[in-house]
Amino acid sequence: MQPQLNITEPTRAAATATDLKMETRGLSVYYKNFRAIKEINLPVYENRVLAIIGPSGCGKSTLLRALNRMNDLVPGARVEGEVLLDGENIYAPGQDVVDIRRRVGMVFQRPNPFPMSVYDNVAFGPRLLGIRKKSVLDEIVERSLRAAALWEHVQDKLGQSGMALSGGQQQRLCIARAIAMEPEVILMDEPTSALDPMATLTIEDLIQRLKENFTIVIVTHNMQQAARISDFTAFLSMDEDRAGYLVEFGPTVEVFTNPKEKLTEDYITGRFG
Amino acid sequence: MPRTVLETELKNLKSEVLELGQRVGEAMLNSIEALKHRDVEAARKIMEDDKKINEARFEIERATLIVIATQQPLAHDLRLLASILDIAGELERMGDYAKGIAKINILMGDKPLLKPLIDLPRMAEIATDMLRQSLVAFNNDDAETARQIPQRDEEVDALYNQIYRELITFMIQDPKTIDQANYLLWAAHNVERMADRVTNICERVIFTATGEIVELA
Repeated sequence: MQPQLNITEPTRAAATATDLKMETRGLSVYYKNFRAIKEINLPVYENRVLAIIGPSGCGKSTLLRALNRMNDLVPGARVEGEVLLDGENIYAPGQDVVDIRRRVGMVFQRPNPFPMSVYDNVAFGPRLLGIRKKSVLDEIVERSLRAAALWEHVQDKLGQSGMALSGGQQQRLCIARAIAMEPEVILMDEPTSALDPMATLTIEDLIQRLKENFTIVIVTHNMQQAARISDFTAFLSMDEDRAGYLVEFGPTVEVFTNPKEKLTEDYITGRFG
Repeated sequence: MPRTVLETELKNLKSEVLELGQRVGEAMLNSIEALKHRDVEAARKIMEDDKKINEARFEIERATLIVIATQQPLAHDLRLLASILDIAGELERMGDYAKGIAKINILMGDKPLLKPLIDLPRMAEIATDMLRQSLVAFNNDDAETARQIPQRDEEVDALYNQIYRELITFMIQDPKTIDQANYLLWAAHNVERMADRVTNICERVIFTATGEIVELA
């Protein structure tokens, strides 16, 4: 028998840059007088996974939430600079925040299914958009659950409460709920930190598949996770004024094997602080 | 966030590599010394001691894999561990060259040397000194020194060529010397290969220090 080489997805090479899906330019976010992040210039490449890493309090989540104007909801929050989505500043006057959040979806740290059935959880967003026809909703629910690798587990219990699923399944339900809105970018804020190791690996595997159709930005405390799943890594640190800033950005394989900045090296090798 | 365990492990592994290197260097010098004096007993001991060199190499490999599995090293730490795996292998092969010379000594039986050995011990001294320097550079994470060391390979190659020409002359003049001359040529070849492997170690030192993969002449 001939030995066969089945290399489907080489992970050895550094990820290549694709078209810019999003980009921050001189982005600073203030909470009242406190500057949480300062002057961040960060590219987000299409169909790639970008991991944002850094010590606690360096502004990772603030940066992530600035990418779909989630910070608008925080009283006293203010933004300087630009966040471009397909070249357009999402903070420009006249931008439709609801549409931006549809195009840039979000998955949170703790799975937060709504207290309703699996089906209704996924159909929730499309219904808000005015979709009422059952056949259309059925199609969206199935497609979204399939994309979130959950369909096989729940197709017979779509009427069951989403809260009854296991933690990992609940998180995949939340991902399906985000996908149902047909977003272009999915933001994930430590999506596995409340999950057990097996559920974590399932989500990581899912992220790898999702990037074929979506652009993904993930904040993670787990550096090994960033190394496993991301194509690009951004390392943030805190300045003396406690404002988070971008120390280094690059292909993940380079950041983790040969970082350019000593600060990055110290952080990823666990010698920080 | 200190990494006490990781740092202790790295330090231990580095000293194990230095110790292995020390042994290999001694084995090489001893094998030449034994050949010079046609000391077959000493040659047998060198062959026996090579087992310990092999064991030390496997022990370093085993310990390195455990550190990788349990400590999740990255960046410089990870490059260092990858280099340690490689360098331990290079050292073991150098040990095999010393063993090879000891074996030649035994195979030569009771026949005397064609001529007193002068260039060959000189070659072995340079190669062993290059090895010692490369290990110091490894220990100090010193890419600059590592870049310089392989330049001395030219001296080794020049001596090898000299020995080669001399032995060919012997063989042409008197075909009865072919066996003996051939044995010595193999011994010289082993020393020459050892110096080449020092270059590989230097490349690993540069990789560890800078992340740059270079091919030194």
